[in-house]
Amino acid sequence: MALPQVKQTATEARLAAMTRPDGAKWITEIREAALARVSDMGLPGARDEYWKYTRPETLVQPEAPQAATFDDDDEQLFHEFDRLKVVFVDGVFSAEDSDDLTLEGIEISRLADVATQDIHWAKDLYGTLETNGQTPVQRPLAALNTAYAADGIVIRVTGAPSKPVNLIYEHRATGSDVLLHHVIKVEEGAEFTLLENGPAAARLNKVLEVDIADTGKFHHIRAQGRDHERRAATHIFARLGRESAFKSFTMTANGALTRNECVIELTGDDAIAHVAGACVGDGDFVHDDTVFITHDAENCESRQVFKKVLRNGAVGVFQGKILVKAGAQKTDGYQISQSLLLDGDSQFLAKPELEIYADDVACSHGSTSGAIDETALFYLRSRGLPHGIATDLLTLAFLAEAVQEIEDQDLQAEINTRIERWLERRRG
Amino acid sequence: MLEIKNLHVKLEEEDKQILKGVDLTVEAGKVHAIMGPNGSGKSTLSYVLSGKDGYEVTEGTATLDGEDILEMEPEERAAAGLFLAFQYPVEIPGVGNMTFLRTAVNAQRKARGEDEISASDFLKLVRERAASLEIDADMLKRPVNVGFSGGEKKRNEILQMAMLEPKMCILDETDSGLDVDAMKLVAHGVNALRDQGRGFLVITHYQRLLDHIKPDVVHIMSNGRIIKTGGPELALEVEKNGYADMKAEVA
Ligand SMILES: Nc1ncnc2c1ncn2[C@@H]1O[C@H](COP(=O)(O)OP(=O)(O)O)[C@@H](O)[C@H]1O
Ligand SMILES: [Mg+2]
Repeated sequence: MALPQVKQTATEARLAAMTRPDGAKWITEIREAALARVSDMGLPGARDEYWKYTRPETLVQPEAPQAATFDDDDEQLFHEFDRLKVVFVDGVFSAEDSDDLTLEGIEISRLADVATQDIHWAKDLYGTLETNGQTPVQRPLAALNTAYAADGIVIRVTGAPSKPVNLIYEHRATGSDVLLHHVIKVEEGAEFTLLENGPAAARLNKVLEVDIADTGKFHHIRAQGRDHERRAATHIFARLGRESAFKSFTMTANGALTRNECVIELTGDDAIAHVAGACVGDGDFVHDDTVFITHDAENCESRQVFKKVLRNGAVGVFQGKILVKAGAQKTDGYQISQSLLLDGDSQFLAKPELEIYADDVACSHGSTSGAIDETALFYLRSRGLPHGIATDLLTLAFLAEAVQEIEDQDLQAEINTRIERWLERRRG
Repeated sequence: MLEIKNLHVKLEEEDKQILKGVDLTVEAGKVHAIMGPNGSGKSTLSYVLSGKDGYEVTEGTATLDGEDILEMEPEERAAAGLFLAFQYPVEIPGVGNMTFLRTAVNAQRKARGEDEISASDFLKLVRERAASLEIDADMLKRPVNVGFSGGEKKRNEILQMAMLEPKMCILDETDSGLDVDAMKLVAHGVNALRDQGRGFLVITHYQRLLDHIKPDVVHIMSNGRIIKTGGPELALEVEKNGYADMKAEVA
């Protein structure tokens, strides 16, 4: 079917501005197929139902809008944790800044290297989950990423590595337009933690594909921010095998536009998928969490917990769907999305959806939007807490349900401290 | 210590006068009790003194050690030494009781230009004071008042009071919903703070509490006014005859 003219034009303009990276035959074929998908679908436009709440123009336009780099006066996140650091500067892997990539129980390579190899296991995974994730809803920016991303990390986990891998992003050029594509394969019984943080670019398009084999476990803690002008479209595509677990948490602070899509398919029985997010936005801030979880096996559990604190005209969006396919009996699906509006200017737009084709399931979802609890605020102040501190305490309490989704207590504390500091800075 | 003169209060949102000229002075080291029928304005008085929104003072003054408290923010009143044990303590999910106590103690110290209490000193103090109110470690760890029984909430109020060491304590029906044992604990907590020159304003319906916290002065409040003031014997009179006679006297 022909695309609407506006979409066609926008898509062509963007594609004309891109260069496809070199690579071996296998990846070139995958990239060409992805490019064909983009041309078929067209890039997101303001009229697309899936982009009803968030305007995609700046993510689509040929040139990335300029974004000032952010000098963080705070210590680097996770700096006290034993971790293997992998650094990308404006989207390019930096061997100099990174640790040695060898670690027992895990193979780590750079996508740019893998792409030149005649044969590589990543051939069966790169772009595969992204392709599957294009139905029933199209995600053209992810296909664009598969077609053009030149760098990223490719990881195969075979055991239980002694420390997490920490992807650290640095943004140095004000106009950097970055595509990153990570591929992770967690083999049977293996367990792995991925950490991500740092402003990556003026405009970031990132895809993370995670394939978790039976009984494998994947933990993911990501921090976005505190750069103000960034625009980012990220996608996580995950496939879960039998008795496997996927737990992903994202903290977002600041950012002109962030759209985080998470597409999860539970394909083996007794698997667990938890995805959570806590975001804090002040002023020029649009944050969109779009989640799609498909239950295609029995007795699986999924949880979505998203909390947003918005002030001074910040905008929060949540689109979350649980799809339970026929035969996915004993599904346990939970979804909650809430916003705390600290003033009358901010807004939260939510579209929770359930689509269920099995009869023996327990799914619940809820969405709320509210102001600070005045009764609680007075109670705290009557004990001597200044207005600002009392508000922050209640704000942290509001976010707690999401932050507590982080299993590791130390990481949970680390994230909490950062949110605390973010609030503190605004208190002056 | 606490001096209330001719206090008139109406609701901010509607044209309803609730306090119609309250005069009351609590001296340092004394316990004053206020009794009175439901709806007479006792809680309103306690809220207005502690700075809750929604009320408008149309006339009169309230001072604590000579300072006008009505102009202060609620937290400033707390730092000045005023404390209200709520009739209905508020549940705050997600805020740990211990964090709350520590933050409150330190905020008040800071407001008074004092150093923060060290983590270990604080812990020692909480444990000791919690133990005397039979508040266990689990209650300290839980979110503020969440899932607490009525009695636990009231004891938690007294713990906050014990930690904050205010100079003027207002207790709004702290005895309601308590069984005899819990009431003794609460009374014991109050009596422990009673020396050292603190003032107390104890709002209650029942003589019961006043058996354990012996008041120096008893006031009867009705329809937004103190209609009678006397010694402890006044409470016994209420217990026997109710408020009807007194109301008739002033009418
Ligand atoms: N926020 C409010 N909104 C409406 N009415 C109120 C409010 N606060 C107090 N009142 C009214 O004021 C009167 C006194 O209430 P209150 O102070 O709670 O009395 P008491 O504590 O003596 O039982 C009652 O008639 C009550 O309904
Ligand atoms: Mg009352």
